[in-house]
Amino acid sequence: MSTTLLRTFQPNQFSLLGTSLLRRRRSNNFSVRFCGSQTTTTHEAKQSSPTRVAPKNHKSNKLDEILRDYEAVIGIETHVQLSTLTKAFCSCSNNYGSYPNTSICPVCMGLPGALPVLNSKVVEFGVRLGLALNCDLSLKSKFDRKQYFYPDLPKGYQISQFDIPIASGGYVDLDIPLEFGGGHRRFGITRVHMEEDAGKLLHSDTGDYSQVDLNRAGVPLLEIVSEPDMRSGIEAAEYACEMQRIARYLGVSNGNMQEGSLRCDVNISIRPIGQAEFGTKVEIKNLNAFSAISRAIDYEISRQALLYNQGKADQIVTETRLWEEGAQKTVTMRKKEGLADYRYFPEPDLPEVILTKEYVDSIRASLPELPEAKRRRYEAMGLGMQDVLFLANDVSVAEYFDAVIGKGAEVKLAANWIMSDIAAYLKNEKLSINDIKLTPQELAELIAAIKDGTISGKIGKEILFELLAKGGTVKGMIKAKDLVQITDPVEIEKMVIQVVSENPKQLEQYRSGKTKLQGYFAGQIMKMSKGKANPGLLNKILLEKLNAKD
Amino acid sequence: MLSTLQPPRSLSLLPLRRLRNSKTIVSAASSTTSVISPPQSQILTTRRSLLSGETTAAEIAKSYLSRIRLTEPQLKCFLHVSENVLKDAQEIDQRIAKGEELGPLAGVLIGVKDNICTQGMPSTAASRILEHYRPPFDATAVKKIKELGGIVVGKTNMDEFGMGSTTEASAFQVTANPWDLSRVPGGSSGGSAAAVAARQCMVSLGSDTGGSVRQPASFCGVVGLKPTYGRVSRFGLMAYASSLDVIGCFGSTVADAGMLLHAISGYDRFDSTSSKQDVPEFQSQFLSVDHFESKPLNGVKVGIIRETLEDGVDSGVRSATQEAASHLEALGCVLTEVSLPSFSLGLPAYYVIASSESSSNLSRYDGVRYGNQVMAEELNKLYECSRGEGFGGEVKMRILMGTYALSAGYYDAYYKRAQQVRTLIRKDFKAALEQNDILISPAAPSAAYKIGEKKDDPLAMYAGDIMTVNVNLAGLPAMVLPCGLVEGGPSGLPVGLQMIGAAFDEEKLLKVGHIFEQTLKGSSFVPPLLANVP
Repeated sequence: MSTTLLRTFQPNQFSLLGTSLLRRRRSNNFSVRFCGSQTTTTHEAKQSSPTRVAPKNHKSNKLDEILRDYEAVIGIETHVQLSTLTKAFCSCSNNYGSYPNTSICPVCMGLPGALPVLNSKVVEFGVRLGLALNCDLSLKSKFDRKQYFYPDLPKGYQISQFDIPIASGGYVDLDIPLEFGGGHRRFGITRVHMEEDAGKLLHSDTGDYSQVDLNRAGVPLLEIVSEPDMRSGIEAAEYACEMQRIARYLGVSNGNMQEGSLRCDVNISIRPIGQAEFGTKVEIKNLNAFSAISRAIDYEISRQALLYNQGKADQIVTETRLWEEGAQKTVTMRKKEGLADYRYFPEPDLPEVILTKEYVDSIRASLPELPEAKRRRYEAMGLGMQDVLFLANDVSVAEYFDAVIGKGAEVKLAANWIMSDIAAYLKNEKLSINDIKLTPQELAELIAAIKDGTISGKIGKEILFELLAKGGTVKGMIKAKDLVQITDPVEIEKMVIQVVSENPKQLEQYRSGKTKLQGYFAGQIMKMSKGKANPGLLNKILLEKLNAKD
Repeated sequence: MLSTLQPPRSLSLLPLRRLRNSKTIVSAASSTTSVISPPQSQILTTRRSLLSGETTAAEIAKSYLSRIRLTEPQLKCFLHVSENVLKDAQEIDQRIAKGEELGPLAGVLIGVKDNICTQGMPSTAASRILEHYRPPFDATAVKKIKELGGIVVGKTNMDEFGMGSTTEASAFQVTANPWDLSRVPGGSSGGSAAAVAARQCMVSLGSDTGGSVRQPASFCGVVGLKPTYGRVSRFGLMAYASSLDVIGCFGSTVADAGMLLHAISGYDRFDSTSSKQDVPEFQSQFLSVDHFESKPLNGVKVGIIRETLEDGVDSGVRSATQEAASHLEALGCVLTEVSLPSFSLGLPAYYVIASSESSSNLSRYDGVRYGNQVMAEELNKLYECSRGEGFGGEVKMRILMGTYALSAGYYDAYYKRAQQVRTLIRKDFKAALEQNDILISPAAPSAAYKIGEKKDDPLAMYAGDIMTVNVNLAGLPAMVLPCGLVEGGPSGLPVGLQMIGAAFDEEKLLKVGHIFEQTLKGSSFVPPLLANVP
């Protein structure tokens, strides 16, 4: 039973909860993404999975056979929510997760008489991203109105860019991880344009009504449209991953998919290998994770290939499909009957966006080293691709690594420390690398102290965790805990003699062939030295004593 | 006749006593009556009498309120009269008593068109869809007026969302022309024009998208000033056609319209299309007539637009315009005829652009967040019913036309082509204004017509905008001021002269207009309304 429409909203009470309740129309249209906390650890972007989900009741080896005859053509539209302090066209604060309708004003509510005023940061971020994607910039672009009715769109039109985007004609380079086959790829970028986000509909549990939250209305977005250059789920997921990486490197967005700060819509068609023209294009929405992109595409490829194979290609129609994470499949959301007519026309409330060459140059000069450049640099430093991808994946990790080697640490050693012990610690403690107390300077010191023999590797590991949690200096800790490695052979020999003489039974067993007992002796000596004995020296002297014929 | 309806005390403040004999029908220039003294600025008169202690702001407010009470039943200029007028006036008096400084608009009673937002006061654009809507903010123009001491008297009637030329398209009431109650006051700012003509307020704000200030000024015999696009912030003006809309001013004198314009002009960070051009101090232009030289407009080049005096223009209007031109010549102007070849293209281009933009601007009235919402079972039904019941016929027609013009496949033939025409019109004006200081034309092809006369003939009504729309397409400033009377009504109907200036040169319009007005003999342009109250 449907309820009547209620309204609790008073137009003058901006600071209060204002919601309009609406009858729900399409149950799956606007999903609300609230899950997950904001953690940006090194592992987050590594979620893509090669799992191929095939429609049921088809044997997968048969399917693989069919798939060999087809090629997928994939393009992606990515919406990047910008991390500006205020919204795109008003001074409302742009913060995720506020109580509904607390970050709204006459402009982003679309009240009569309110006018948009462009936030210059949006242009700056657009230029940054455009340059990072190797695009040509339009020195003169403009805004247009894209018109449609929906309750989350207060003005009845979205301010966007239509025929003259701020950037176009670029490309992005990326490396496919080894576990997915490896290799370098270049995908074309058709355009990057500026626009505003819509609000959010919150559907009631009963499905009887929906509420409108306009906090997100007017939040700035950059939409990145790729060329249809991708051919597999993995490539598409890696492309999306690289978009997130670039956005984070540039500081234009937190790129968080769970919060909807990075949203990808995939366009996919397949064609028999050798055919030049594209097949019928299907759009997939509701892709909230990189793994979902990969799986949804693989599912869709299988679905379409089977239809082709069964002579039912006419059942592949232009439509929007939703990825259902639970069922691991795509389902029809709406069929497109002809092209939607958005009646674009130039936004008369905003002047043209004019960029000077000086402005563009100054932004170009301020760009950080981007993921691709970093990867190539790390590669040139002699690191393997796995290490390169790991370190360059997260901008904070990369910056940390760069700082450590900047302090003179050996590249491979620094990489190993970060990728093994530090990464494990971050994962266990659910921290980001920016949260740890160990400064790059001290990690470099630690690596040096082990390398020059001041402390043992074992001691190094032990104090690492203390440094990570509490901070402090390596030198200070070595001194305070008296951790300097014992490298004096005379001192070690004393301990060896003592331990050997205190264990005559074990010595006898050793000498009668049970040589494994060397480890026992070594352990006892190490214990006696409180772990400080140089292990190489210890073992050398120990062996001499054990094997001595006296 | 007047004194029966009006407290005699306030008479001294008002120019109403200069009412001319209502039976004589004369065009302005042909009259040689010299008894009538030139019209006085009500803003300056108010200021003088407040500063001298001759009267108080509260007394002035009371007299206006009582006139509103007496005349409103016939005129219906206001959709809402503020409850705070007297309180606001008393505050001004307290400031005077304390010797505090007074803003230049202190005690000035101002009508505000209903599509201009006034905080906490109903602002509906005369549309059902916004019935009872009270904005949470003041339009920048209103905010400035209040800061300078002006008192908002109320919200004036208009054609719904500014779409119309008669004020008959208001969802709530039909406003009568104070010169003849059976006639329209013009539109869309008909309420603002009629209220000033009937002295229900001293000055008023209107909005002009295609002539909505100038045409009603002409019909009601008041001064209507449409500033350059960008001169006045549009923030708080409910958008009809964003690239054409401007807030304009009405006054019973050029000086009043000019001083009001000065008060509301200037760059506004809330309107990206507002201009950073300096706003000159217009007031020095408003010399009293005693200080005029013998040829006060010596050498001013005036171009009379040939296309505006051709077929389709009433003969009375044509001769009044020609006599006004002769008057300008007598003041020293150099008169030439100019031709604007693109003139006739303006009207269709205007209706395409204005309708297109309005179809987009009015999308926000969807019944979801504010305004009229009709309960429905389903979302599309909600839109359909809320908008279907909320908008009037004229608005629906223009939304449909605009939606059509912007549709895929039609965009190039309509919207894009209209923008090309716009460029052409701009070019023609620019060329004409390089040769001339100002251009003149009639404000409308006829004087005020009867209520209902063109209601069922929208094309005839649209054709009445031919004199004014081109100016909006070019974004230029223009002023309409009364220049004569033609036959009609109980005592003749006023006819306005339109003066068009170069972008941001309102100063020149005001100078020429003021001298023209102060030296025009024989007409005082005060409607005989009160004599005709049955």
